[in-house]
Amino acid sequence: MDQALYGIPIVGLVFEFIGYLIAIAPIIAPIVLKASVPIGFAALCGVMCERSGVVNIGIEGTMLVAAFVGWTAGVYLVPVLGSDPLPLFGATPTLLVALLLAVLSGVVVSFVHAWLSISVKADQIISGTIINIAAFGITGYLISLLSISSPEGAGQFAKITPPKELTSLPFVGWIFTTLLNQGPITISLLFCAFFLQLYLFRSRWGLRTRAVGEHPKAAETVGIDVIRLRYRNVLIGGAFAGMGGAFLSMELSNSFQAGGTAGRGFIALAAMIVGRWTPLGAFGAALLFSLFLTLGQTITFVPPSGDLGELVKALPAQVFTALPYVVTIVVLAGLIGRSTPPAADGKPYEREATA
Amino acid sequence: MSARVSRAWAILALPVISIVLSVIVGSLVIIFSQWLVSGELQPGLAFDAYSSLVSGSIGSERAIVSTLNNTAPLLLGGLAVGLGFKAGLFNIGVQGQFLMGALGSVIVGVQLRESPPIIAIPISLIAGMIFGAVWGFIPGFLKAVSGAHEVVTTIMLNFVAIAILAAAVSGPLNVVGSASPTTLPVGNASLPVIIGRNGTIALIYAPIMAVLYGFLLFRTTRGFEIRIAGASPDAARYAGMSPRHLIIWTMAVSGMLGGMAGATDLLGQTHSMATSYATTVGFDSIAVALLGRTSPLGIVLAALLFGAMNTGASAMQIQAGVPADLVGVLQATILFFLVVSPVIKRIFRLKGAKTGLEDSATTFTATYGGEATIR
Repeated sequence: MDQALYGIPIVGLVFEFIGYLIAIAPIIAPIVLKASVPIGFAALCGVMCERSGVVNIGIEGTMLVAAFVGWTAGVYLVPVLGSDPLPLFGATPTLLVALLLAVLSGVVVSFVHAWLSISVKADQIISGTIINIAAFGITGYLISLLSISSPEGAGQFAKITPPKELTSLPFVGWIFTTLLNQGPITISLLFCAFFLQLYLFRSRWGLRTRAVGEHPKAAETVGIDVIRLRYRNVLIGGAFAGMGGAFLSMELSNSFQAGGTAGRGFIALAAMIVGRWTPLGAFGAALLFSLFLTLGQTITFVPPSGDLGELVKALPAQVFTALPYVVTIVVLAGLIGRSTPPAADGKPYEREATA
Repeated sequence: MSARVSRAWAILALPVISIVLSVIVGSLVIIFSQWLVSGELQPGLAFDAYSSLVSGSIGSERAIVSTLNNTAPLLLGGLAVGLGFKAGLFNIGVQGQFLMGALGSVIVGVQLRESPPIIAIPISLIAGMIFGAVWGFIPGFLKAVSGAHEVVTTIMLNFVAIAILAAAVSGPLNVVGSASPTTLPVGNASLPVIIGRNGTIALIYAPIMAVLYGFLLFRTTRGFEIRIAGASPDAARYAGMSPRHLIIWTMAVSGMLGGMAGATDLLGQTHSMATSYATTVGFDSIAVALLGRTSPLGIVLAALLFGAMNTGASAMQIQAGVPADLVGVLQATILFFLVVSPVIKRIFRLKGAKTGLEDSATTFTATYGGEATIR
């Protein structure tokens, strides 16, 4: 029976792949979660904006600015605030203030997008494109000015170590390692995704947000201030994007590279669509993408055994670099017919003339 | 005469004001950032930066030829994005189409490096165009069939193109024994130089493509259909046009133009391909198409402006010590002021001026993710 099954090459490969996944799951799970953080936060930003009817493709630029501000603020604040670690997460006063500034910068950039798309009623995709071009330009410009003196960063957030009693549990121990052996921004993503899901579908604010995203005119007639709600949601979304950017330069690494977001803001849009505009769905899609991203890197270092391993070795390494992007396209194309955006998504709201 | 002048002013007022305002913003950025970094206030630095930017782009015959050479791919890329805009499609994937076009032309160009140029050049160029067209066809097809929005799929395909390029250059195209992966030069498939030190034949065919673009859009049935579909998909449908067919066709032709831009760069400038081969033309061409309001002449002028800026940027960095990335800030602020043109019009009291982008580019966001199934 076994022989017969393995006689069909594809089935054999699929089984080997599943076996490989199970074997390496405990090892790569923390890496996958880490890789999903910037995408996940950016996708939450997308959900916040689009649920209230504002398309935001400037998330990439927003994250880039936040990453830059977080890192640079750290550089400039270290001499003032010092680097004495607080008891948790290796956080220093400098890092905390820098994180706050990074999140604020995300809000400020989002305000530009909100103003352009809600008040000026410009095309929202053009507005987002401008934010992206400007963010790449200004951060690239400033970082090449700053790097002349090659400053030291202010350090990065550390991960906490979960108690040994939990992680050494048989079978489930690796889950605690995955979820808890992480830095503060990663852990806060788990909370943010969960609570946003709850708020969006179980609170008054959530109901209003969804109403404004689906039928702003009807929302206005029952007394909801459409413009104000859209502004507020886009700004909160900017804070999420700011967290995602800060993660890149303050938790994942202690450096800022020009263009270091590397398309994550765009991947997040795909994650949002695949997750059907729900916070947990978007986060799940971000995890799926990161899984393939991480697999692409792992599979060349720790190749699987058997026929699958032979196949992996025969393929050029770039196949695995491209894999997450191809998976995104395939999932998007396969799913989108059943994934419906908010009805008023991307449409500027015109208040009725008060005549 | 005066009617003509006022009509020209109506069209030019907002772009000119936007450019002037962005120069002012750029000066502030230069002066403030320098002050933050070095602690000295040097108002003259902004002037130094702009004068080296100008002299580095149009100050000498050599600089002018470089500017024109940099303009050609931008012009083709701008036409690619502009064509999409006209049809209500946002082709953000010129980057990937550019890379695939360059790859296609280097694959064929290396094969034909010893053939007569009269055969090698057109075939390599066409190969690049076909590669680009395929890379534009895929998102067009996906959008028409499943409704997957081209903004997301084209960006994903940009990354896939980078991976394919790296795999091809470090794999089958790699010259055995080279220090780092690189292809053979394209030899006889290189574009012939016709002006100055390195002004290639692209300076002739790129403007011709702009003329063809205008002809296609304003003198043919297909162009009419594209403009109707962009302005009102419903109207197009009721008139019996097939939006699906139009989406696929437009994306493929747009990709072809993007691929032509890549082939032009490879056959005209780099002549061979390393794994580090990259470009900023993809994103610049979005700005070019917006600044040129998708009109053929507008795109030519915008491409010239951006080509000059990109050429002068390195001179600015070397002579004035102002990082070349400043050009990105300038380009984004120009677009920003164009987008806020309703506000600008009020401030400068320009009643007759044509508004920035709204009247030409249709709203792409209207179909974003929505209209999941295109009827």
